[in-house]
Amino acid sequence: MQQEDNKEATLEALEEIRNIMDRSVRFISLSGWSGIWAGCTALAGSFIAYRWMLNPDFKYIRTAFSEGSINYFDPYITRFIILGIAVFIIAFAGGLFFTWKKAHRQQQQLWSNASRQMLFHMFLPIFAGGIFTVMSVYYGCFMFIVPSCLAFYGLALIGASRHTLSDIRYLGMLDVTLGCASLFLPAFGLLFWATGFGLLHILYGAVMWNKYDK
Amino acid sequence: MSNPIGQLNKIFDSRIRIGIMSALMVNENINFNDLKSLIDVTDGNLASHMKTLVENDYIRVYKGFIGRKTNTTYMITKTGEKAFRAHLDALEKIIQGLN
Repeated sequence: MQQEDNKEATLEALEEIRNIMDRSVRFISLSGWSGIWAGCTALAGSFIAYRWMLNPDFKYIRTAFSEGSINYFDPYITRFIILGIAVFIIAFAGGLFFTWKKAHRQQQQLWSNASRQMLFHMFLPIFAGGIFTVMSVYYGCFMFIVPSCLAFYGLALIGASRHTLSDIRYLGMLDVTLGCASLFLPAFGLLFWATGFGLLHILYGAVMWNKYDK
Repeated sequence: MSNPIGQLNKIFDSRIRIGIMSALMVNENINFNDLKSLIDVTDGNLASHMKTLVENDYIRVYKGFIGRKTNTTYMITKTGEKAFRAHLDALEKIIQGLN
């Protein structure tokens, strides 16, 4: 009988150790709804961009060399940049909201050792991707925006996966693959964008919701 | 064969100390407030268990500053890591012995 008690206590202690080890390095409150929200926002943004691109004046594939220097205040470029920033802010704010709600429900802190680690590991790929994207715009090579956004975002997710629910690694791998693939089919950039940031996020969010939140 | 229960480390008898050691095993360093919310204990309770672990040279304290606020971080020592691994081995043996 006493042996049974010992076993019970031992299992409990091991469970506790495992739990603390996991929670101290992994930010587990990332909500599935955050992914679904970000994906829907990206799809809506892509649709607006698609409508704008139907305008015959807009040339997506061009280089500064073939067309001469570009005018940075070209109304199309400015509109697309504003749209991109708006989509990012709406997606990020909504994503943060759902994750905050989940953390609240789990009585976990949003700002913890684990979430800081996660953001730290995401920072460098995002920063590098930002530089690549901004410089692509600067040189007027719009066809490199989609590949660099997707590939670096994917790398950031892979980097973060050690410090959150590790399934996000697969989303990262798919985004890196899509980003590289889109280099070969520059005319379909927006389609790759909508798939990588829209559909995949929704799919990922739904799977995560089903696995952890339900 | 010696009884594995005898190999358990008395210092790791408390849930809080086990929590502290577990967190420090997988993190290079961790600060007081993060540990507090992770293990879900009061300041005083955590501090007193910390003291025991520091006295046994299982963990080391680093007092730093972020701006004007003090930022106390903790790190596991080689001794602490060895002791905790031995404790885990003993726990494992207990379970294996009973299966």
